[in-house]
Amino acid sequence: MKNVTANMAGTVINVLVNAGDTVSAGQDVVVLESMKMEVPVQADADGKVAEVKVNIGDFVNDGDVLLVLE
Amino acid sequence: MSNQFEDTLRERIAEIHKGGDEKYHVKNKEQNKLFVRDRLKLLFDDESFMLEDGLFANFTAGDLPADGVVTGIGKVNGQTVCVMANDSTVKAGSWGSRTVEKIIRIQETAEKMRVPMVYLVDSAGARITDQLEMFPGRRGAGRIFYNQVKLSGKIPQVCVLFGPSAAGGAYIPAFCDIVIMVDKNASMYLGSPRMAEMVIGEKVTLEELGGARMHCSVSGVGDVLAANEEEALAAARRHLSFFPANYTEKPPVIEGKAPNPNAKDITTIIPENQNAPFNMHDFIDALVDEGSFFEIKKLFAQELVTGLARLDGKAVGIIANQPRVKGGVLFGDSADKAARFITLCDAFNIPVLFLADVPGFMIGTAVERAGIIRHGAKMISAMAEATVPKISVIVRKAYGAGLYAMASSAFEPDACLALPNAQIAVMGPEAAVNAVYSNKIQAIEDPQERQAFIMEKRKEYQEDIDIYLLASNLIVDGIVPPSELRRELITRFTAYSSKQQVFTDRKHSVYPV
Repeated sequence: MKNVTANMAGTVINVLVNAGDTVSAGQDVVVLESMKMEVPVQADADGKVAEVKVNIGDFVNDGDVLLVLE
Repeated sequence: MSNQFEDTLRERIAEIHKGGDEKYHVKNKEQNKLFVRDRLKLLFDDESFMLEDGLFANFTAGDLPADGVVTGIGKVNGQTVCVMANDSTVKAGSWGSRTVEKIIRIQETAEKMRVPMVYLVDSAGARITDQLEMFPGRRGAGRIFYNQVKLSGKIPQVCVLFGPSAAGGAYIPAFCDIVIMVDKNASMYLGSPRMAEMVIGEKVTLEELGGARMHCSVSGVGDVLAANEEEALAAARRHLSFFPANYTEKPPVIEGKAPNPNAKDITTIIPENQNAPFNMHDFIDALVDEGSFFEIKKLFAQELVTGLARLDGKAVGIIANQPRVKGGVLFGDSADKAARFITLCDAFNIPVLFLADVPGFMIGTAVERAGIIRHGAKMISAMAEATVPKISVIVRKAYGAGLYAMASSAFEPDACLALPNAQIAVMGPEAAVNAVYSNKIQAIEDPQERQAFIMEKRKEYQEDIDIYLLASNLIVDGIVPPSELRRELITRFTAYSSKQQVFTDRKHSVYPV
């Protein structure tokens, strides 16, 4: 199990994957909005999405878990 | 005539050149580590030029060849450099009193000759048994660091780390201009994992505690992560190729090259939507001589890109916001990274180019608690004090103190240029309209009417920050089409190359740290 975490504080504006999807390292998985910028967040490892922890509109802090990969 | 004395000497030299016991050479190989003398061959242009002092250090001890460190002079890219290189096959490269004396002397030689000093580090630290002779005195290990501080900014100091750099020894890398670390083998720490467990009860691996990848991506103490020793030494040579021998000279110039023909078309890289990400590396690739970009702290604080490159063969230091990572927002770590890099360039007469696309410094509780203001002050201070030719290009937007930090007009760049889509403001249109009209917006009940009001105010705001209006008021020195930016920069840096400026008269500033 590996977590994909937010790398800065912001609001979730898009979730690009669903539970069960296969992702590869470096792939954009969630888009945050912070400081009025679109901030794509990448998976840092290959894996299958076990769980999506956030919904569009959620505020997340730096380090908060966005996805769990297996 | 057979000369017995000479034969003895040759035998002894050959013995010392072998380094430590065979079993330590085997261990080195198992760890994918090279013998110290093979490292020197890779570092230097030609080993035949190598001069060595103190080969017989601690000869009488019998089992400490060269006392565990090779010190000498060689050539890198045709430039004379001084070197100290730990021998990990001799008591794990640990320091005795002669080891320390040899290091101090080669530093003094580098200072007198005004040439770069290279530190090839692979050392377990002090020999506790020798501590009285090598630790506390006037010419104890502390002197090595004193010398490093004194030499900083005077001559280039480069550190390549192949193995551990432990406890006090960990400060050798810290005082160098650049720290190149070999992945999996190099480490830096004040207290080992064993000590951490004994003293504070923490259980941790060496890699987590002070490994190369951690230092190059999290702590920022490491600058370049190399896959192996060959790559690390090539990086040291590459780094030095941008630098003059010392602060009184200009960096070497080589023959210029056009940008990579496979680079993206510079006019298509920047998205129209101000808030959409793009990769600043594409922009840099389209701007600089092909293959010339040497990135420093590539894995650390990636929202800001720093690196050395060439524009028509001449060295330039690039500080660029990276909208692809964290929106290009400046954080404490990115501000530190910038401050350090600007200081490096300024010390050795390398002109600096700022490529600004910055929404500002990060806001919120986490960064305020981490002291983003004092970190930001470091960047602004280093940028303001830099007297090398300095050009700022507003690539897309520069908001708030982000504008200041990226060498805008008030900080005496030789030119502040803008691309035609650039926006310069205290804050972006969305934030500004919210800030100014918040009460009015709340008071409009009909959502459509409210949205129309917001859009109208944003449009007005856009007109107020129109780049032609700013150019008209002499806030920027010029607006340049992206396709002509490279030529413009080459022409300007050539024109500014005679720049002579003293920032101000004083002992030194009270550094924001």
